[in-house]
Amino acid sequence: MPAEHVGKAGSPSAASRPAAIELRGIDKSFGPVHANKNVNLTIAKGSIHGIIGENGAGKSTLMSILYGFYTADSGEILINGDPAKIHGSHDAIAAGIGMVHQHFMLVEPFTVLENVMLGAEGGAMLRAGAGKARAELERLARDYGLNVDVNAHISDLPVGEQQRVEILKALFRHCDILILDEPTGVLTPQETDQLFQILRALNARGVTIVLITHKLREILAITDTVSVMRGGEMVATLPTRQATREQLAELMVGRKVRLELDKTEARPGDVRLSVRDVTVVDGKGVTRVDKVGFDLRAGEILGIAGVSGNGQSELLEALSGIRPLSSGGIKLCDLEVSSNDPSGPAEVREHGLAHVPEDRLRLGVVTSFPAWESFVLGYHEDDEYNGRILMDREAMTNACGKLMERFDVRPRNPDLRCGNFSGGNQQKLILAREIARQPKVLVVGQPTRGVDIGAIEFIHRQLLALRDAGCAILLVSVELDEIMSLSDRILVMFQGRIVGEVDGDEADERTLGLMMANAHVQTDEAA
Amino acid sequence: MSATPQVALPRWIDIGLLPLINLVQALIVAGLVVLVIGVNPFDAMRIMAWGAVYDSVAISYTLYYATDFVFTGLAVAVAFHAGLFNIGGEGQAYIAGLGCTLVILLLDAYLPGILLIPLALLAAMAFGAGWALIPAYLQAYRGSHIVITTIMFNFIAASLMVYIGSDILRPPGDMLPSSREFGPSAHLPHMHDIAALLGISMPRTPLNLSILWAAACCVFVWVFIWRTRWGYAIRAVGLSPKAAVYAGISPQRVIMIAMCLSGALAAGVALNQIVGYHHRMLLDFVAGAGFTGIAVALMGRNHPIGIVLSAILFGALYQGGAELAFEIPTITRDMIVAMQGLVILFSGALAYMNRPWVARLYAMFDRRAVLAEAT
Amino acid sequence: MDDVWLQALSILSATLRMATPLVFAAMAGVFSERSGTIDIGLEGKMLAAAFASACVAVVTGSAWIALLGAVLVGVMMALLHGVACITYRGNQVVSGVAINIIAAGLTLVLGNAWFGRGGQTPDLTPDARFLPLRFPGWEEAASIPVIGPIYSFVIGGHNLLVYVAFLAVPLTWWVLYHTRFGLRLRAVGEDPKVVDTAGISVTWLRYRAVIIAGVLCGFAGSYLAIAQNAGFSPHMTAGRGFIALAAMVFGKWRPWPAMFACLLFGFLDAIAIRLQGVVLPGFGEVPVEAIQAMPYILTVVLLAGFVGRAMAPHALGQPYIKER
Repeated sequence: MPAEHVGKAGSPSAASRPAAIELRGIDKSFGPVHANKNVNLTIAKGSIHGIIGENGAGKSTLMSILYGFYTADSGEILINGDPAKIHGSHDAIAAGIGMVHQHFMLVEPFTVLENVMLGAEGGAMLRAGAGKARAELERLARDYGLNVDVNAHISDLPVGEQQRVEILKALFRHCDILILDEPTGVLTPQETDQLFQILRALNARGVTIVLITHKLREILAITDTVSVMRGGEMVATLPTRQATREQLAELMVGRKVRLELDKTEARPGDVRLSVRDVTVVDGKGVTRVDKVGFDLRAGEILGIAGVSGNGQSELLEALSGIRPLSSGGIKLCDLEVSSNDPSGPAEVREHGLAHVPEDRLRLGVVTSFPAWESFVLGYHEDDEYNGRILMDREAMTNACGKLMERFDVRPRNPDLRCGNFSGGNQQKLILAREIARQPKVLVVGQPTRGVDIGAIEFIHRQLLALRDAGCAILLVSVELDEIMSLSDRILVMFQGRIVGEVDGDEADERTLGLMMANAHVQTDEAA
Repeated sequence: MSATPQVALPRWIDIGLLPLINLVQALIVAGLVVLVIGVNPFDAMRIMAWGAVYDSVAISYTLYYATDFVFTGLAVAVAFHAGLFNIGGEGQAYIAGLGCTLVILLLDAYLPGILLIPLALLAAMAFGAGWALIPAYLQAYRGSHIVITTIMFNFIAASLMVYIGSDILRPPGDMLPSSREFGPSAHLPHMHDIAALLGISMPRTPLNLSILWAAACCVFVWVFIWRTRWGYAIRAVGLSPKAAVYAGISPQRVIMIAMCLSGALAAGVALNQIVGYHHRMLLDFVAGAGFTGIAVALMGRNHPIGIVLSAILFGALYQGGAELAFEIPTITRDMIVAMQGLVILFSGALAYMNRPWVARLYAMFDRRAVLAEAT
Repeated sequence: MDDVWLQALSILSATLRMATPLVFAAMAGVFSERSGTIDIGLEGKMLAAAFASACVAVVTGSAWIALLGAVLVGVMMALLHGVACITYRGNQVVSGVAINIIAAGLTLVLGNAWFGRGGQTPDLTPDARFLPLRFPGWEEAASIPVIGPIYSFVIGGHNLLVYVAFLAVPLTWWVLYHTRFGLRLRAVGEDPKVVDTAGISVTWLRYRAVIIAGVLCGFAGSYLAIAQNAGFSPHMTAGRGFIALAAMVFGKWRPWPAMFACLLFGFLDAIAIRLQGVVLPGFGEVPVEAIQAMPYILTVVLLAGFVGRAMAPHALGQPYIKER
């Protein structure tokens, strides 16, 4: 029952000239999932239009339809007032639409130039087109401050520059409508500001910009108009000037959100996990974790903040025994781990460390196993589930069923394939498995990524309850809100190092953001 | 949440109807080939089908061939569950033959059959497993692709066996590159001998006790893969290697275990052919059974019951194919090889071709069923 | 001294001839796998093409029409692979294995049905084959000491397809790195989604790659049946498709290094014949079988020692599925 809101969705633009994009009655289903329900949207020419909504609200699907990646089941698309048939990306490109995808569409081993040229080579031979492309890129660099080394390989560029290549790709194809899908997820707040400057420059030269995000701050910072999506529907479109943070949040979620969790004072106990000068070098010889050290005590939540890709994942893997240490040591209760004396995931788990992995679908469960089989993953050798030779099916199914009850996993069917559960329910299943044994230490990565709001609250409460029960929890998340509302202490990681520590109560977005860019001590590189 | 074409279908469609459709498709294409040769495909079909079952001799031969295919089918399936494509069943079975031959040549004068044959089987399994273990090691610890290495090992095994057969084991004065005839204690009893002991009359055929070993292997594989923690580990690695590592399972170890088991299962062919029938080591005794195993495993959906059924089917094709080659000399038994390829194509490579339309058809009927229930 | 020199030149010449089918097949593999489609089926395509060329040569008596027939059959097998792997997103290794086994079976069945002779085709007349070319002045050159034989026996004296094979390498390199098609082909093997979002059809691109592989396998098969030999014999590819695949992997999916790997395997083949009956001190006579197994053993050793997985095209073996 979507309420009627200000600026009813789809009302024709007051402007006299035709809208850059007009979507009429877009509908799209993936099997049983109704991703877009009768969506109407008008984007005025020359505006910066924000589309906000939770994960899974249907924003990305809608933009994928606009970009020709999917075809809508029904509905119409008008570009600059003319009906457009968009059957593939080439139609979208021809219509002047450019897109910066959430996961960059760049060929990693290729150079910047090759990536920009791909699909717009300007002839069957590369040589002729390459010269023109270089000249054009130079011009774009001058006009918009989009400086990138055209001969560099993508894999050697930092994410911020990779994103610039994506924008260059779109501009090279003469787009006058640029869609950006969650562009700031991998950027520091400072890099985000830089991106916004570029977007404003583009907008000033007449490029219409569509910004898709789930972050309120960005909508308020840059857009002219904002549309809100929820559950596949477009629930409101309104001028950003008239919108408030609370109002938008409520529209996104559909009810009042409780921004603060009931959190009691932490009572830290003995040191459960002691990390000393841990260094991890990956297969390519890149140092991912660089002399990291900290203590984690019973009854506290230690948050690790940082832009994704700064060594958090590797640290988690090192702590849980998946990745060997290159140097340094870890003391987990009475287990000593070092590069000379490595411990695998099984041994670490035996010593009381539970691990909720970041990559839920690939690590946390086996998607084609039924729930009960994934439920014993990592504990499949336990006596509880094993006879002398055969595994005890009944014990496993029963244990799984019981915890599905306690953790409210739906549907409550241990025989259902894991892949058929929603993200939130998969996460609850994993959390149930890892918490059930009262671990001494819990390391959690991105506990609420791709999880619906209801499950987020549930998961957060579980983590706090576990802390109060005396568990030592290490929380890694790229969501600053999550880190700030749960952690008792916060460490910030940048390029594999710990660059700062903040007390949970004293943390604010700006300080953490500066630390995440490692700019709090040095001169501000962004300037 | 996914848009994959994987619609959940009832099990009887997945493991019954779809393989059947694959078989029919393969038969149609094979029929076209027969037509090109200038033979009426329905005649050919009739001769083959009749040739596989017309009397107890034919049925025994069918089962004798099927025995080999159960072994190689299981070998492929176990590796498949670990996410490995073991194309080396042929070579593993071949080298396994060397293992049991060596033991028998050394001991057949001293040991009674009841000791000698189990020992020979153990040696065959050890050799088969050993031959599978090298590609397994290279995959697990050196990252070389097991598909290519197992193919190479088939060729290497063939060369090695020609050398050993003609230069080392061949008795002086013998023309054939094979070993000497085994002593009587090394002869695995034939089924007709067993039947005679029980007072039942059965025609003399190569069918021997190996078939019981094949049955035991089926039960073992089923229990091992679906009921033990080792099988759990194998399936976890096969379905999601990263999740397996997270769970503390070592994919390297699983690769070694699965391939070891795979090679040991393929060794059954040596039992059936060498100890059970030829009673000497012959060149080429595996005769493509290793490759047939791929078709058998794919059609049998890597499940022992499916493997038994499709092994019997291929056994029937072999036996019927022999009859066909006898009746219509323009069609050689190599037709069966082409048939295997077609089954691998349709039930393996083109597995997703039939699923969507079968699913649509099913959905149509299913909706009707639901409506019927509602009214 | 002169004798040793001639001996060396003759080995070199044989190396080129032995490497020719490998080079064709390896280039086929480069095209297919660079586009992201694993090609275990090189062996089967080559075998089917060899059979086709021999059959057409027997019937028409023309080597050129035979080559065309072989290419056609090679392309048909490649399209089968394409339908399975690209359109229906099947397992590419399984599809390749199926093609190999189908080819092994059908060539024998049809050969027996059409010609009897246990699967062999009748011997071909010289017109129906590609024969060694005599370059102008080869006889005169041969009599020039030291340098002369290089011209007559190493550079000259091969059949046309040998030259085509070694021209296919720079051509492959040029197509891959200097044309629009090559850029897109390499891109689709690394990340098909990028190609799709750039407005290019992933399917059509990959189909073109496997078709080119089919054409090249047609050349490889023709070489075996109507150039190097005078007819088809059962299983005449004898694992060359797999060796070519190994050469391609060893060459890290790049044309030039792959060609050198082919030459290495060709060299082994060439010296194998000459090593027969040679007695090594302290070892005894080298068994023929050991020499025959050398290419396979060497392949395993090379794969185990030198090639990391990181070298393969990133999307190799993964069917492209549009998904959220």
